[in-house]
Amino acid sequence: MKRVGVFVCHCGSNIASVVDVKRVAEAANKMQGVAFATDYQYMCSEPGQDVIIKAIKEHRLERVVVAACSPRLHEPTFRKTIEKAGLNPYFVEMANLREHCSWVHSKDKEGATLKAIDLVRKAVSKVNKTFPLFPGEIPVEKRCLIIGGGIAGIQAAIDVADQGYEVVILEREATIGGKMAILDKTFPTMDCSACICTPKMVDAAQHPNVKLYTWSELESVGGYVGNFEVTIRKKARYVDLGKCTGCGICETKCPKKVPSEFDFGLGQRPCIYKPFPQAVPNKPVIDAKNCRKLLENKCGVCAKVCPTNAINYEDKDELVTEKFGAIIMATGYELYDWTKDFGEYGYGKYPDVIMGLQFERLVNASGPTMGKIKRPSDGKVPKNIVIVKCVGSRSTEKGKSYCSKFCCMYTAKHATQILEKIPDANVYIFYMDVRTPGKMYDEFYMRTKEGYGAIYLKGQVSKIYQEGESLVVKGEDILAGKPIQVKADMVILATAAASVYDAPEVAQKVGFSYDKDGFFTEAHPKLRPVETNTAGVYLAGCCQGPKDIPETVSQATAAAAKVGSLFSKDKMATNPMISEVNEKLCSGCGLCIPVCPYKAIELKTITERVHGGQVQRQVASVNAGLCQGCGPCTVACRSGAINLKGFTNQQILAEVDTACL
Amino acid sequence: MKYAYYPGCSLESTGMEYNLSAKAVAKHFGVQLEEIDDWNCCGASAAHSTSHLLSIALPARTLALAERQGLDVAVPCAACFNRMKGAQIEVRESPKMRDTIQEVIDMEYTAQYEVKALLDVLVNELGIGRIKEAVTRPISGLKVAAYYGCLLVRPPKTMCFDDPEDPQTMDKLVEALGGEAVNWSYKVECCGAGHSTMKPSVGIPMIKDIIKNAKLNGANCFITACPLCFLNLDMRQAAAGELAKDSFQMPVFYFTQLMGMAIGYSPKELGLNKHFVDPMKLLNDKEIFRHPDTRREKA
Repeated sequence: MKRVGVFVCHCGSNIASVVDVKRVAEAANKMQGVAFATDYQYMCSEPGQDVIIKAIKEHRLERVVVAACSPRLHEPTFRKTIEKAGLNPYFVEMANLREHCSWVHSKDKEGATLKAIDLVRKAVSKVNKTFPLFPGEIPVEKRCLIIGGGIAGIQAAIDVADQGYEVVILEREATIGGKMAILDKTFPTMDCSACICTPKMVDAAQHPNVKLYTWSELESVGGYVGNFEVTIRKKARYVDLGKCTGCGICETKCPKKVPSEFDFGLGQRPCIYKPFPQAVPNKPVIDAKNCRKLLENKCGVCAKVCPTNAINYEDKDELVTEKFGAIIMATGYELYDWTKDFGEYGYGKYPDVIMGLQFERLVNASGPTMGKIKRPSDGKVPKNIVIVKCVGSRSTEKGKSYCSKFCCMYTAKHATQILEKIPDANVYIFYMDVRTPGKMYDEFYMRTKEGYGAIYLKGQVSKIYQEGESLVVKGEDILAGKPIQVKADMVILATAAASVYDAPEVAQKVGFSYDKDGFFTEAHPKLRPVETNTAGVYLAGCCQGPKDIPETVSQATAAAAKVGSLFSKDKMATNPMISEVNEKLCSGCGLCIPVCPYKAIELKTITERVHGGQVQRQVASVNAGLCQGCGPCTVACRSGAINLKGFTNQQILAEVDTACL
Repeated sequence: MKYAYYPGCSLESTGMEYNLSAKAVAKHFGVQLEEIDDWNCCGASAAHSTSHLLSIALPARTLALAERQGLDVAVPCAACFNRMKGAQIEVRESPKMRDTIQEVIDMEYTAQYEVKALLDVLVNELGIGRIKEAVTRPISGLKVAAYYGCLLVRPPKTMCFDDPEDPQTMDKLVEALGGEAVNWSYKVECCGAGHSTMKPSVGIPMIKDIIKNAKLNGANCFITACPLCFLNLDMRQAAAGELAKDSFQMPVFYFTQLMGMAIGYSPKELGLNKHFVDPMKLLNDKEIFRHPDTRREKA
């Protein structure tokens, strides 16, 4: 038996108002092995920590139990405390009297106190079986991979590169810029999106520490924090970037035109194309699905007109593998495909019912209509325009349950843009709520409504249908308590922002978790919002959840700062609470390998002396850099050969015995 | 194919021609409709606006009787179908509700048999192919607005046999019979149900909008699978026309009547003489019954 000290925290009134903390301390004093027990109002405060340090010295304590909040919050705090007092930092155990007791049993004070005593008793028995643990060290490859070249990826790249580290931006499209490059103006200041986005694209591309891999996809990720090994597929571009000068002759001569993805089908592009004139790199790609030369071996005009012989129809995909120390996920979002679910709005069969991003192209000076708002069906200037909010957002029936966050602001922006360009237009906005938290956001909304005269109607739209040349929008004005009907020339749907269709697949490749909607999960919603639960992988922008440009840029800079702090050391400390294999017990069955979510276990061959001879056999081996200490391997192991340090079978069983016996 | 048949109250009265034509068409295709012995009213909207339990118990009693016959149930009326399907699902999904219902109706009911709309049976179960083969008198010239109304396909999770916003079953049927299914916008709008009687100031404009939209999109008649929709569109068409300042003259057909016509039955056998908006003018204009090659005997 070790000499254990128990420190019961009041957590202000969080614990003490429900649990009788004095009684818990008294009960602890009588537990076997406990040499000292006391309570204090705020154990995590400096005087609270002093109580612990003093008690360790005075009572020659060897192990410490802090009965307070969740270890997720203050375990690191108390580890440092006891380290200061000269103990191994892993000799502290926390009994969670707050989240696991007082917060959930506030109506049963007596029961909560008894449970608190049990929790302390368990912690005491566990801490008794603790061994000293020591963090290891791994080297750090100081190169950062950024997946996604939208504004989040660009900002993060510039910020990491400015700190002096090498950065690679991986972008699946032919240009960086992402969704921001599509937009016309940005709320609430109405800056031209291109004017603030394209210079950043150029900054990133010209930065000496930044390398661009556009038209490339993530193939696979191996390794671990500080030492990721990433394979990238550089898709065949059919244009030699080294030779191409971006003169654009090929684009003007290409005889085949197809709908432009960048304009969401509202405009046309040739089959050798740059997505938009300010693309970075400013060099085209050949669309292999439509190119006549590649499909039918006819045409070949682009190669004939190219002054630098940059066209190479024989180009093939190329795989490259590179090492990185950190990865920033900046894969962005896409608009929810309303045409699958919204039959009441016509399943997409009415050409004048468009999405917000399509409107951005219609109103954009470099868009298919040169910035003149003309409706897609017949090119007429619409006079009556209806905007429908929350299409697929905030719905348990269709689409997504969450609020897409930026639609309220961009619909207000669209309304002002329409009313500026078509002064005699009527803009009707159907809304569920108007949500405009943000600096100068509500002021912007009020200006749209009162200054520009956009008509806000609280209620949902039940049906949209074509009647002759116009659309009829049937809805409800719940403030007037009446069904209403608006004749519109064009309807803009503020469709939900959804995760990119293959986001879960990408998350699995890199090896971290995502939520039910396909958005990437942060390590802690409040305190670790830019980290994932996989060390060395960080999040920026809408891949983590819908957010507007300022928020995206802040998160990108935050992710870059995290990468900077990781790269600031040549070697990094590893968490010692990881699995270890007792090779004597391991039979090499390999059952632990598939259960490991971090691919941290593999088989290795060892040589043993048996009866004077040498025998080779296979055993499991844990990669200390990859293991996150989650523990399924210890459960899967049939012979009990795997133990999780800090949560050993002996420790857990001691807790169970205490709780049950 | 054999089904327990639940005509419901409407098909004994205002929707008599639906009953006539349904039985004729079913017989023609060898679908046996065995009327449920001692069936009762499904409760319609009266029951579910007064008591949830009553609204389940009323259809459940009839379904329990059908269960004794050991057959899936075919229901022609959209409202009856809606109520019965709702009751069946609720009993099937909740053992507690099953016990309550069994106690209330004092009969065993396990909800093991399916409840199907007659439209579903005669189009999807039978198959468009078989219907096409049987057509001897194509209804060419009829530009049909397929009107489903609000109950037949909704709520989608309960009814689950066609798209709730843009259903296609009757459109496919019309095409198979040789007619033209018009693309229009009021397919699943409400016909106003009882409002045309209780509160005409609300009900009649709803009917007017439906007929107007069908006409605007080039339809010259309606097809429906609901006796109340039929009644509103047919009987109230004159009033709706007055409101729209337009004499509509858009005949309304049950889908079974159009099927019967196309496979060779006479107007009388299908109850075409019972309509308020006389369909014969349109049918004669398009020479549906005059086609020399289409005597029923040959069919």
